[in-house]
Amino acid sequence: MKVMVRLTLLYVCLLAGACFAAAPAPEAAQPGEELARMAEVSGHYGGHLTIGQRSEPKTLNPVTAADSVSREVIGRLMGDLIEINRSSQQTEPALAKSWKISPDGRTFTLQLRKGIRFSDGQPFDADDVVFSFGIYMDEAVDSPQRDLLIIDGKPIAVTKVDRYTVRFVLPRPYAAAERLFDGLAMLPKHLLEKPYHEGRFAQAWSLNAQASEIAGLGPFRLKQYVPGQRVVVERNPYYWKVDRENQRLPYLDELVFLFVGSEDAQVMRFEAGETDIISRLSSENYNLLAQEKSHHGSQLADMGPGLEYNFLLFNLNDLKGNKLDEVAGKQAWFGDLKFRQAISATVDRESIVRMVYGTRGAALWGNVGPGNKLWINQAIPHPARSVEGARQLLKSAGYSWNSAGQLLDAGGRPVEFSIITSSSNSQRVKMATLLQDDLAHIGMQVHVVPLEFRAVIDRVFQSFNYDAAIMGLGGGDADPNPEMNVWAFAGTSHLWHLGETQPATDWERELDQLMQQQMVTLDYAKRKQLYDRAQQLIAENLPFIFLGTPNILASASSRVGNFHPAVMDPYTLWNAEELYVHGPAQENAGVR
Amino acid sequence: MGSRLRIRLWAQTTVLIAVLAGLHLILLFASFVAPYDPTTQDRELPYAPPTRLHFKGATGFHLRPFVYASMRVLEGDRAGSLEEDRSREYPLRFLVSGPSYKFLGIHEATVHLFEVAEPGKILLFGTDGYGRDEFSRVLFGGQISVAAGITATLITLLAGSILGIIAGYYGRWIDEALMGVTELFLSLPWLYFLLGVRAFLPLHLSALRTFFLLTGVIGLIGWARPARLVRGIVLSSRNRNYVLAARGFGGSDFYLLRRHILPEAFGVLLTQAALLVPRYIAAEVTLSFFGLGVSEPVPSWGNMLSALQQYSVLVSYGWLLAPACALVITSVLYSSIADALHSRLESE
Repeated sequence: MKVMVRLTLLYVCLLAGACFAAAPAPEAAQPGEELARMAEVSGHYGGHLTIGQRSEPKTLNPVTAADSVSREVIGRLMGDLIEINRSSQQTEPALAKSWKISPDGRTFTLQLRKGIRFSDGQPFDADDVVFSFGIYMDEAVDSPQRDLLIIDGKPIAVTKVDRYTVRFVLPRPYAAAERLFDGLAMLPKHLLEKPYHEGRFAQAWSLNAQASEIAGLGPFRLKQYVPGQRVVVERNPYYWKVDRENQRLPYLDELVFLFVGSEDAQVMRFEAGETDIISRLSSENYNLLAQEKSHHGSQLADMGPGLEYNFLLFNLNDLKGNKLDEVAGKQAWFGDLKFRQAISATVDRESIVRMVYGTRGAALWGNVGPGNKLWINQAIPHPARSVEGARQLLKSAGYSWNSAGQLLDAGGRPVEFSIITSSSNSQRVKMATLLQDDLAHIGMQVHVVPLEFRAVIDRVFQSFNYDAAIMGLGGGDADPNPEMNVWAFAGTSHLWHLGETQPATDWERELDQLMQQQMVTLDYAKRKQLYDRAQQLIAENLPFIFLGTPNILASASSRVGNFHPAVMDPYTLWNAEELYVHGPAQENAGVR
Repeated sequence: MGSRLRIRLWAQTTVLIAVLAGLHLILLFASFVAPYDPTTQDRELPYAPPTRLHFKGATGFHLRPFVYASMRVLEGDRAGSLEEDRSREYPLRFLVSGPSYKFLGIHEATVHLFEVAEPGKILLFGTDGYGRDEFSRVLFGGQISVAAGITATLITLLAGSILGIIAGYYGRWIDEALMGVTELFLSLPWLYFLLGVRAFLPLHLSALRTFFLLTGVIGLIGWARPARLVRGIVLSSRNRNYVLAARGFGGSDFYLLRRHILPEAFGVLLTQAALLVPRYIAAEVTLSFFGLGVSEPVPSWGNMLSALQQYSVLVSYGWLLAPACALVITSVLYSSIADALHSRLESE
C-alpha cells in the first residue's frame, strides 16, 4: 500500500515536472544565418499564454487540415515562404527573403533565407520547398489547398535552381500570385519523406504523434497534447525572426490551447482569468466584457467591419430528378429578379446592424464590405428600405394581395417559404427572425427553421432540400481570387446554383468572364475595374440578398503585450511570436 | 379521520383551485390583459429593462401610477443604454382601447385592461432581443404552454383509461399483452424519445399544426401509468358484491362500467391529471427550448427561454427569466393540488 502511495506521489511529481519544465532557451544567432529583423518589435522573454478553443483540433498535419481550429494551432508551428501581413493586408518576405516576377507574370524566382533551421535543428533549403509543393499538388494526398495550385488543370512547375533559389512557373499569368504562398506551410523533407513514400502521409502528424516527429518553421513547436484538454506548444529555439534588439523571437515560453467547447465557454473562462485571448467575439459578449472591463482591465479591440458577408440565399439549383416538387414549385418566385429585388428593398438592414450586431457591424449591399478598403466598389448604391417600392415591384411582376394581406403569385398561390440557418449561430437565427417580420410587411409568410450546422451544409450543398438559407462567406483574404469559387459558374461555392455546366443566365456568363479576366490581369487598377464591374453585376442581379457583416471583436487580458488583432483570419494569433507577458511574470526567463 | 382535518383539506383545496382558476382565466383572456401584441417588434427597444412604475413625480405624489418614456443615451460612457426621459409623465390608464384583437378568437375588440399613451411604454417584464413586450409574451406563451399541457393530459387520460378498462375488465391475454406494453412505455427515456420523434416530423409546420402534433405525441407517450392505475381499480371493483349484484340484474358491460366501476377511478384520474399537467407543460417547454416546438414568432414559455441559452443574455437581461418564474408558479400550484387531492383520497 505504502509503495503504491509513493509511486503515485512520484508519478504526480513527474507529471507536474513535465508540465512546468523550462522551455528551451532561444539559440544564439549563427554566422551566415539570415534572420528577419522586426525593427518595430520589442518585448521581453518568458511566461505563457492560454487560448480557449471552441473545439479540439482534428490534426496537426498542415496539408490535410481543413478546420479553422486545427489551423489555428498549426499556423503557430509552421512557416510560409511569403506571408500576408494581417495588419497591412500586404505580402511580406518570410522564408523567402525576396522574389522576382518575370515580365509576363508567369515565372516567380524566390530567394530563400540562408542558414535557417527547422524546430528540430535541421537545416531548411530548396529541397524542402520542392518536396512540400510536390505533396500539396499530389492528388493522392487530397489537400484542400490543391485547388489553388492547379491552374487551368495544370500544376505549377516547381524547380530547384540552387540550394537557396527556387523557381515557380505558372501555366498562365495569375494576379497576386505571391498571395498564394501564404498558408502553404513548408514541410521538413527529412521527417516526412519516408511516410510519404510509404503512402502513409495522410496519417502522419496526427494529434497522437510524438513531439519529436513534428518539426516546422513557425515560432513554436509541439510540446504536449492531452486528449480532450489541451495542446501545449513551446518556443522554437531556432525561429528565424529577431526583434529590434536582435533578440530571437518568440518571447513566450509556451502557448497553451485549451479546449473549452463554445463561445460562451470561451467568455466564461476568460472572465475567470483562465485564458488570455479570445479571437472572435459576438457583440453581446463584447459588451459583456466591456461592462466588466473596469474590474479586469482587459484589452478590448473593435477592429471595425470584417471581410465576412452574411446573406439570404434562394435555392435556384437544378432540381430535376431530386423529387423536390414542393421546392421546385417555388423556384419561379426565387428566379424572378423583381421578387428578389422586392425582398432586398424590404430588408431593414439598419435594424440588423443594431439588433444583431449591437451596432458593432455594417450593413451590406454587395459582396465586398467596408472592411475591404482596397477592393470595395464605392459606386454600389445603398438604397434605403422601402416597403412601398417593394410592393410596386411585386405588383409589376404580377403578384397581388388577398383581403388578409397575403401575397399571391400570378397563379393565385400564397407566397410562403422557409429560411434555414445554423442554430449554433445565434446572430444568423436573429437575422432570420427579423427578416420574417420584415417580409410579413409585404405579405410573405416566412418560417424560420434553425438546424444543426451540418444539416444546413448538407441541404445547401448536397440534397438541395431547402427554399432559402442564411449563410456567411468570406473572411479569408481581401483579394478577389478566393472569391472565384463563389462567382465563377462552375465554382464549388456557387451556392445558388451548384454544378452548372454552363452559365444559366447572361449575367452569370459575364460575371464568370470578369472573374476569370481579373485573375490573369496583373495591374491593380485594371483588376479593380474588372472587379468593380463584377460587384456591380452581383448587386444588380442579387443571387444573394446581402445583409450585413459583423465587426471583428477580440479581447486579451491586461498582461498580454503587443496585442494587435487584425480583420483577417487568424485574427489575434497572426503575430504570436511578438506577443509577450507584461510585468514581472517572467516565470523562467530564458534570456541569453 | 377527524372532521377538522377534513375541513382544513377542503379549504386548502378550494383556495388552491381558486388561485389556479384565476391564473387560467388570466391566460385565457391574455389578449385583454396584455397591453401589446406579442409578435410586434419595437426595433428601437431591444432588451429594454422592465418599466418602473412611479408614484412621485415633479408635481408631487399621485395615486395613479405613471411611467416615463425611455430614450437612448447617445453620448458618454453609457452610450447605447436606455434612460428615462423625465420631461413628461404618462399615467397608467385602465380599460382603454388599444391594438385590436379577437376576443376569445371570435369577437373583435380593442379594449385592454391597462396601457399608457404613446410614446410611453408599459413594459412590466421588459422586452426581449427583438423589442417585443415580455409581459404580453408570457401571457400568450402561457396560453400555448398550458393549453399544450392540459390537452396532452386529456389525451393521456383518455387513452390510459380506455386501455386500462379493457385490460382490467376483460383480463386474460388482453391484460397480459397491454400490461407488457405499458412496461415498455414506462421504461422509455421519454425526453430523448420525444426529441427523436420530433426530428422525424417535417421541419416547417405552422404553429397550430406543431402545437397539435406536440400535444398528440406528448399525450400518447404517457398513457401507460394511468392505464395501470385504472386497470388496478377496475380489476378490484369488478368482483365487488354490488357489481356482481348489478350484473345479476342483467346490467350490460357499459352500464356496469359507467355506473359502478368508473366512479371509483375518478378520484385517481383527477390526481393523475393534476400531476401530469405540469409535467407536460415542462415537456412542451423542453422541446421548444431545444427549438423543436412551436416556432417564432409565436411565443411559448419554452421558445422564450431558449434566448437564455446565450451566456451574455443570461447574465445581462435577468427579466427574460419571467417565463421560468411563470412555469415554476404554475407547476407548484398544480402539484399542491395533486397533493391535496391525494390526501383527500386517502382520508376517504
